[in-house]
Amino acid sequence: MTFRLAIPALLVLAVAAIPFAAPQLQLLMNLALAKGIAVVGVTVLLRAGQVSFGHALYFAIAAYAAAFLSASMPGADLVLVLVVAVAGAVLSGIIVGLFVVRYRGIFFGMLNLAFSMIFWSILEKFYHYTGGADGIRLPRPTVFGMALERGPFELIMFYLSVALVLLLGWFTMRWFASPAGQIFQTIKTNETRLQYLGVSPQRALLSGYILSAALCGTGGVIMGIVQGVVTPEFAWWIRSGEMVFIAVLGGAGSVAGAFVGAVIYETIRTYASAFAGDVWQMVLGGFLLVIILFAPKGVIGIYDAALARLTGKGRSE
Amino acid sequence: MNLTIFLLALFDGIAYAALVFSVAVGLTLIFGVMRILNVAHGSLYAVGAYLTATLTGYVLALGFAPLLAFPLMIVSAVLVGVLLGGPIEWLLLRRIYNKPEVLQLLVTFAVFMILEDVQRLVWGTQPYFQASALQALGMVKVFGVNYTVYQLILLPLLALTLLVGLRFFLRHTILGKLILATTEDREAAQSIGIDADKVFLVTFIVGAALAGLGGALASPTTSILPGMGADMIVLSFAVVATAGLGQIEGAAFTALLIGLGRSFAVYVWPETAVLVPYLIMLIVLLVRPEGLFGSPTARKI
Amino acid sequence: MSEILLEARNLQISFGGVVAADDVSLAIERGKNLAIIGPNGAGKTTFLNICTGWIKPTRGKVYFEGQDVTPLPPRRIVRLGVARAFQIPQLFTEHTALENLLISAAAREQLRHPLQNLHRIRERAEMLHLLDMVGCADVADRLVVELSEGQRKLVDIAVALALRPKLLLMDEPTSGVASSEKFKIMEILVKALSEAKVTSVFVEHDMGIVSRYADEVAVWAAGRLQMQGSPEEILRHPDVIRDVIGEAV
Repeated sequence: MTFRLAIPALLVLAVAAIPFAAPQLQLLMNLALAKGIAVVGVTVLLRAGQVSFGHALYFAIAAYAAAFLSASMPGADLVLVLVVAVAGAVLSGIIVGLFVVRYRGIFFGMLNLAFSMIFWSILEKFYHYTGGADGIRLPRPTVFGMALERGPFELIMFYLSVALVLLLGWFTMRWFASPAGQIFQTIKTNETRLQYLGVSPQRALLSGYILSAALCGTGGVIMGIVQGVVTPEFAWWIRSGEMVFIAVLGGAGSVAGAFVGAVIYETIRTYASAFAGDVWQMVLGGFLLVIILFAPKGVIGIYDAALARLTGKGRSE
Repeated sequence: MNLTIFLLALFDGIAYAALVFSVAVGLTLIFGVMRILNVAHGSLYAVGAYLTATLTGYVLALGFAPLLAFPLMIVSAVLVGVLLGGPIEWLLLRRIYNKPEVLQLLVTFAVFMILEDVQRLVWGTQPYFQASALQALGMVKVFGVNYTVYQLILLPLLALTLLVGLRFFLRHTILGKLILATTEDREAAQSIGIDADKVFLVTFIVGAALAGLGGALASPTTSILPGMGADMIVLSFAVVATAGLGQIEGAAFTALLIGLGRSFAVYVWPETAVLVPYLIMLIVLLVRPEGLFGSPTARKI
Repeated sequence: MSEILLEARNLQISFGGVVAADDVSLAIERGKNLAIIGPNGAGKTTFLNICTGWIKPTRGKVYFEGQDVTPLPPRRIVRLGVARAFQIPQLFTEHTALENLLISAAAREQLRHPLQNLHRIRERAEMLHLLDMVGCADVADRLVVELSEGQRKLVDIAVALALRPKLLLMDEPTSGVASSEKFKIMEILVKALSEAKVTSVFVEHDMGIVSRYADEVAVWAAGRLQMQGSPEEILRHPDVIRDVIGEAV
C-alpha cells in the first residue's frame, strides 16, 4: 500500500517545485489549483447523488466580494480578503441552499443553473456597480501589511493555494468519513430511511451544500486575485459545466480526482486552445460522453484499477 | 403606463409566450414520456433558428417569394428532429435509460456542449437576421397600436394549434395512445406488444422537432447568435418547472404568465426583464414544489 | 395498571375511492406486543404510515405519550421515540450492515464533529452487540445489497432498534423469509425487544407467529378495525377464521 501513498506524495512535491523547476508553469498550475478547489465543491454534491449546473455562482460571488472589498478598502489584507470572500459565498450558499435543498436530481441541477444565470445577468446588466461585461479590477491585496511586488506576491499565492489544496482536501475527506458526512451521503441511497432515523434530509443536504459553496468560493477568490480582474464569465454556465466536467473526469466523488482532473484539464486546455479553441466545448462534451459511457469512475478509477493490477501481480509473484 | 405601452407590453408578452411555449412543450413532452430532461433542447432550438435563416436566405437569393419562408420553417423543424433528435436518442439516450438521473443529465449536458460548438463552427459568431417572413405578413392596427401580423396573430395561433393538436394526437390517435400507455407503465406496455424503443425514438424526434420549430418561428423576430440556446433551455425549463414537469396544458399557461411578466418588466424596469421569469419560477416553486399543475408523488414504502 | 403509549382516534383516509382507514381508533399499551392481522389491502401499512406521519389522515388524530403527533413529519415523531422497520427493508445500499447501524446511532446521538470517523464512534460496540443480537454479526462488514432478504430484514429492524425507541412498528417482519427461519427470527426479535423494553406493533400474516408472540391482536378488514383482543379470543373467533385465517392458509 505504500505505492498508493507514494505517488500522490511525489505529485505534491512535484507541484511544490514548479516555481523553481518550471516557472513558466506557475500561473497555469495556480489557476488549476484554484479550479481544483472549486471542483471539490461539485464533488461533494456528487457524493449525495446530486449535480449542480450552477456552482460557478459561488465561484463568482466570492471573487466579486473580494473585488468590492478591495475597491472600498484599498490595500486590504490578503487574509481579510479571503475571509470576506468565502464568507460571502457561504452566506449566499445558505440562502440559495435553503431553497434548492428541497429538490433533487433534475430540479436541483436546473435550479442551481437558474440561480447562476440570475446572478450572471445581474452582473451584466447593472454595470454601474459591476462594470458589466468588462468586470472590475481586483487589485493586489497587501500581505500582513506589506504591499508586495508582482513576483513575490504570485509566489505567495502559489504556495497558499498548495496549502489550501492540502488542507481543504484533507478536511473534505475527513468530513466524508465523519458521521455527518456519511449521513449526507445517504441522500444518494435512501432518504426514506434517513427520515425514519429522525434526520431531516434537507438539513443534511444543506450542510454539504454550504461546504460546497465554501469550496467553490475559495477557488473563485484565488482565481480572482491571481488574475487581478473578475468578470461575469466567472458565473457563466460554461464555467459551471467545466467544474462538473472536471469532477467527472477526475472520478465522480473523489477529492484527489478533482485536483488531478483540474491539472489535466488546465494543461490540455492551455495547449489545445491554440489549435482547438473553436471546438473546445465540443471536445469537452465528447470526452464527457466517453467517460460517462466507458469509464464512469474517471481518472482515479483508472488509477485504482491499474494499481490493483500491479499489486495483484506483485502478490502472485 | 398609458394604454399604448400597456398594449405593446401585452402583445410582446403574447408573442413571446407563443414562442417559448412551442419550445417548452417539446421539453415537457420528452420528459413526460421518457423521464429525461434534455438539456440539449436549447441547442436544438438554436439550430432550428439558424437553419431557417440560412435556408430562407438561400431561397430568397434565388429569387423566390418571401412567403416560401413558411414552409422552410417546417422543413427546418423536421430536419432538426430527424437529423439531430433521431441520432441523439438512438446513439446515446438509449444506453442510459436505466442509469441514475445524474448521469442522464450529464449526457444531455454533454450533447448541449457539443452542439453549442457545432453552431459556432457552421454559422460563425456573427449574428444572423432574416425577417422576411415577418415582413411578408405586414402590420395590423389594434386600438391604435401597430403590430406585426406574424407576432400578434400567427404565432399565438400556431401555439394554440400546437396545444390542441398535441392533445388530440395523444388522446385520439393510435400512436398517441401508444405513447401515453408507455408513459404510464413501460413494462406493461411492452408486455402487450408495444415497441417501447420505437415509441421513445418517435417521442424524442417529435420533441426535438418542436424545439427546432420554436427556433424557426423565432428566427424572423430576433437576431440569431451564439448563446441563444443556453438562454432558451433555462427559460423553457422555468416554464416547464413552473407548470409541473410533463404538464402540457400547464406549460401553455405558465408560458403566458412568464411571457407577460417579462414583457411588462421590459417597459417598467428593463434591467430586471431577464430576471422576471426566474423570479416567477422561484416564487411558484416555493409555494408549490411540484409546480402549479403537477401533483406531489409520495413514495411507496 | 396499563398505560397507553400510542393512541389513534377516528382515523379516516382514502386513496382514489378506496377507503384505507375508516374511523379507526386503536390504543397500544406500553410493554405489549400488538399484532395486526388482516387480508392484503386492508389498510394495515397505511395505519403504520399514518402513525409515523408519512401520510396525513383526512380526519382523526394520533397521540404518542399523550402528545398530538398528527401534524408532525416522520423525523419529529421518530425523535419522540417511534421507530419503524419496513416490509421492503429501507437501508443505505452503498453501506455495510454495520455502517447502517452506525449511521443510525450517529443520528440518534446527533453526532456533528466533522473530523470524527464514523467507525470510531463510541456507540460502535453497542451496534456490534445489536447486530449480534439479530444474528447478523458475521455479515457486519458486507454491503447490505449482498445480504439475503432475511438478513436485510433483520438489519432493517436492528437499524430501528439502534435508535432506542419506545415503540417499534414492524411491517411484516417475517415476510420474504423461509418459513423454517420465521420462528427463529421472531425468537431473536422478541428477546431483543423485551431486553430493550420496547413496545412493538407488527403486521403479520402467519397465525402461528401471531398466537405465539403477540400479547394482543387487532384485526383489520376493508379499512376498518374489526376487533381487538387477546390472541386466544381473536384467533378462535368464527369471523376471523373465515375472513382472515382462511385466506392466509
